[in-house]
Amino acid sequence: MKINSFFYTLQQGFKNIFRNKLFTLASLATIGACLFLFGIMYSILANFENIIKNAENGVSVTVFFDEGLDDASIQSIGDLINNQTEIVDHVEFISAEEAWDSFKEEYLGEYADGFTENPLADSAHYEIYLKDVSRQQELVDMLNSLNGIRRVNQSEMTATTLTGINKLVAYISVGIIAILLAVSIFLISNTITIGISVRKEEIEIMKYIGATDFFVRSPFVVEGMLIGVIGTIIPLLLIYFLYDVVIGFIRERFSVLSQLLTFLTIQEIFHVLIPISLAIGLGIGFLGSIITVRKHLRV
Amino acid sequence: MKKKKSSKPSPYIIELNNVTKIYKDSSTGANSAQHALHDVSLKVKPGEFVFIVGESGSGKSTMIKLLLRELTPTEGTITVMGYDLNHIRHHKIPKFRRNIGIVFQNFRLLNDRNVYENVAFAQRIIQRSNKEIRRNVPAVLARVGLAGKYKAKPKHLSGGEQQRVAIARALVNKPSILLCDEPTGNLDPKITWDIMKLLENINEQGTTVLVVTHNADIVNSMQKRVVTLEKGVIVSDEEKGGYIDED
Repeated sequence: MKINSFFYTLQQGFKNIFRNKLFTLASLATIGACLFLFGIMYSILANFENIIKNAENGVSVTVFFDEGLDDASIQSIGDLINNQTEIVDHVEFISAEEAWDSFKEEYLGEYADGFTENPLADSAHYEIYLKDVSRQQELVDMLNSLNGIRRVNQSEMTATTLTGINKLVAYISVGIIAILLAVSIFLISNTITIGISVRKEEIEIMKYIGATDFFVRSPFVVEGMLIGVIGTIIPLLLIYFLYDVVIGFIRERFSVLSQLLTFLTIQEIFHVLIPISLAIGLGIGFLGSIITVRKHLRV
Repeated sequence: MKKKKSSKPSPYIIELNNVTKIYKDSSTGANSAQHALHDVSLKVKPGEFVFIVGESGSGKSTMIKLLLRELTPTEGTITVMGYDLNHIRHHKIPKFRRNIGIVFQNFRLLNDRNVYENVAFAQRIIQRSNKEIRRNVPAVLARVGLAGKYKAKPKHLSGGEQQRVAIARALVNKPSILLCDEPTGNLDPKITWDIMKLLENINEQGTTVLVVTHNADIVNSMQKRVVTLEKGVIVSDEEKGGYIDED
């Protein structure tokens, strides 16, 4: 394609947007509405997943040692635990003194002065924080099989519930996003089909006077992609301005749950949402126009 | 480009040999019982002016579609400007069509573009430079008598003016053949004559012109070659012929 033909194609693509205002508005509204819903859904699900993830990070397994176990054995148990890199996020060693200090501070306050010895002398332990809560039982079984371990504390209920919720959220996310995408593609391709059917006559004329399929198709593709991009930018801008307002509102209304409700920033949301939305908008504009124009090229 | 292999170049610019066209039934996919064209043979020399006449349904429009390679014949062969239309590849069809100017009864202009852009469009598809377009478009618009109407949109023009734009668009790429499908069908008698004079003038400058019509007055007055179709069959082919419209 010669350079002036290339610019002509681009120019026609831009002009088509204004020539067919009604079609442009219908396409923009469809793409915009679909991607807006998609963006909202993604924001909700990503935040929900983040909240669950944070809750999971708080789940720990506690390992207490046999009375009088020497420091070297405790260290080797710690090394074994640390080697479980797929399950374990990090391990904290709490000495008997630290455990007593923490207990005093939390429950006894000034009444602790009556104690001359550490009543928790044998309560040194490891607190193990997990990467993958669903594999907690696997870790506990391994710990129970080790020598020198008196007791392993776990919260099976919390782990099972969180794992369940996490799986449910993942299934729901995939389901909702898949349905939303399918509906979007259907609506958008319908809009493009109607828009291009109106211009069937124009395509036929071009073909009769010797335009190649490429030459006929190119302005429509440019137009489709432009509508795709604009239809992506509008909902993204809306989400950008609404996100902090909504999050602020939720934080204010549910301030009691502020520890639990840990939200992602708009930057974190957009890190994923912008490329996906642009790919969807551009892809639908590109493929939609190519496929629908092709139907009318057989002249 | 699939051109006819021949040691001698054909003296004919259009050659239909025993062409039959049977449309398929759109619901069953089977050939319909009626022939749109049956065993039609026609040869046209470069520079000729030929009227194709006949009643509605006689096969005139089918012939135009075959010549434009919008359709392929069920039987027989078609050669236009050396292109074997039975075997031409799909991607070569645009290049072939650029050698043919086409004028329709209902003008078929791009209504959202002005006169200049409608004509320039034909030049753009053959990738002429902007400089050439600026030179060729005004020249052809002047030739069809529309020198002062560059900026007008088709809807602001009369039927005759719209047909002139269509003729200008068909001529701007200097085609060897001009196919006109009922070019005066939507025009009043005065304008009809203006358009026919214009087509005659174009023919005198060397372009082969085929006019499909059932306007008997024009055919009988212009004294050109007349090919008459009846139910898909050529029933007469006369130099300086005439026609009685029975529709």
